[in-house]
Amino acid sequence: MSTGILEFLTIFVLAAFVGIELINAVPSILHTPLMSGSNAIHGIILVGTIIIMGSADGPAQITLGFLAVLLATLNIVGGFVVTDRMLEMFKAKSPEPPTHADASDEDHSDGGK
Amino acid sequence: MTLDTWIDLVYLLAAVCFILALKGLSSPKQARNGNLLGAAAAAVAVGFTFAYPGVRAHTLNLVLTLVAMAIGAAIAVPAARTVKMTAMPQMVAIFNGVGGGAAALVSIVVFLIESPGKPAVYRIGEVIFGVLVGCVSFAGSAIAFAKLQEMMTGRPITYPAQQVINAVVAVAIVALAVATLLTGSVALLVVTAILSLVLGVIFVLPIGGADVPVLISLLNSFTGLAVAASGFTLNNNLLIIAGTLVGASGVLLTRMMSKAMGRSLTNVLFSAFGSVVTAGGGADGAGETRTVRTATPEDIGVLMAYARKVVIIPGYGLAVAQAQHTARELADLLMERGVDVFYAIHPVAGRMPGHMNVLLAEANVPYDELKEMDEANLEMTTADVALVVGANDTVNPAAKTTVGSPIYGMPIINADEAGNIVFLKRSMRPGFAGIDNDLLFGDKTTLLFGDAKDTLSKLVAAVKDA
Repeated sequence: MSTGILEFLTIFVLAAFVGIELINAVPSILHTPLMSGSNAIHGIILVGTIIIMGSADGPAQITLGFLAVLLATLNIVGGFVVTDRMLEMFKAKSPEPPTHADASDEDHSDGGK
Repeated sequence: MTLDTWIDLVYLLAAVCFILALKGLSSPKQARNGNLLGAAAAAVAVGFTFAYPGVRAHTLNLVLTLVAMAIGAAIAVPAARTVKMTAMPQMVAIFNGVGGGAAALVSIVVFLIESPGKPAVYRIGEVIFGVLVGCVSFAGSAIAFAKLQEMMTGRPITYPAQQVINAVVAVAIVALAVATLLTGSVALLVVTAILSLVLGVIFVLPIGGADVPVLISLLNSFTGLAVAASGFTLNNNLLIIAGTLVGASGVLLTRMMSKAMGRSLTNVLFSAFGSVVTAGGGADGAGETRTVRTATPEDIGVLMAYARKVVIIPGYGLAVAQAQHTARELADLLMERGVDVFYAIHPVAGRMPGHMNVLLAEANVPYDELKEMDEANLEMTTADVALVVGANDTVNPAAKTTVGSPIYGMPIINADEAGNIVFLKRSMRPGFAGIDNDLLFGDKTTLLFGDAKDTLSKLVAAVKDA
């Protein structure tokens, strides 16, 4: 296993560069969804919590593992759902029949107050 | 091929999908598909994780895992579905914090499992890094959530020798980490974790006001790094790649956000910005002695109905009043009368970059009516009316003229260049950054006091009658 550390470091460094290059040209409109979307992506820690829960032994480890799975699920599920909800609003983007836009606008304002 | 290899291949596929997801999120057209792709990849990766024999070794553990996931999903879905758009920043903060907490817990449990066997120093190092960063992110996000949710004051909390105390705690953590490295002691790791939680709290306390979103973005990046550290501990490529992608892009996003406010990241994090409540003389005193001009909605309605060009400058006040739909109604009405109307969006309008665009998109405002700050400023001199709805700091000329003002150097929307400036405000209270705005007292300026939504409705009625 100890020989693996260099491979993992290589992956880490390359991933860091990809991460920086990826978001170089983001319009500021999308900063909030991007933050929220990347927040959801690190929710993949759920995979780690499931693996660790498999080897947890004894009440202390199992309790901490259980808590970890719970928190990670909140992160990943909540993160993707909230981002989708934000982006859903962007879909009525370019030329949309005004009738439809008006109708959904009324739905929203009724719910608003 | 062995089962492990198949699972690793699925993880590789998921990692590629995450990269494509982030790429998609960077363009308006692909954003939603990008997010869905990310979610699908995450679901597949999580599903295949259960193929590991180790995960299914103990029935009790497996059942508890599934129960925890069910509870988590049952809480997260309704919470994310029903949260108000204005409360989005604190929702992101809390989801980020729990992710950091999960990463820290993974590292702690790995350590508990391996510590009797005297793990190698680099293994302990990976664990400590994950615990430290995860705990700071968890505690920091919790405080950021409390600030935005107004469960505590949103202003910076400062006390004497604050940065010295923070530095001492940080040094103590490093010392403890080294001691843990050398001894492999579980007790020392627990103390390190607790001190890291303390550091997360005291690091965030002096950051307030408009700086909190920048902080959340930074903590988001921290959680990414904590997840990457867990990936090292578990020898899991997917966690390393996903965590590092978020960690790296998060730092960049954080810098973009502080740049939009015209300040450096260090200034945002360590200067207790916004604790300066007034720039020169008490705000209350100044407000009483200087006169402002107010008008009736009818006056302003007529002014706008017969204008050629009206610029709407929305701010957080519009969002809290849920007035984005009424604003659109007003804009549509004016456009029917042949008035040229557009929205000028400051990069940090609302409480996060792009937040205002999300809110206006919710009200179905077409994209082509939204103009970014630089584009809007080109047209400001030809605008007859600048209608400032619940914004303040983003149009404060002190950013251009008053050297030494806390917001000096921040790019603003040049509302002062318009023919008439109309402020819809609830009160004379200064904005998020806590600074007086001279523009309120200008001779081209008119104020309409009241709830933004009520006032806009009155304006709509006034324009109809005009």
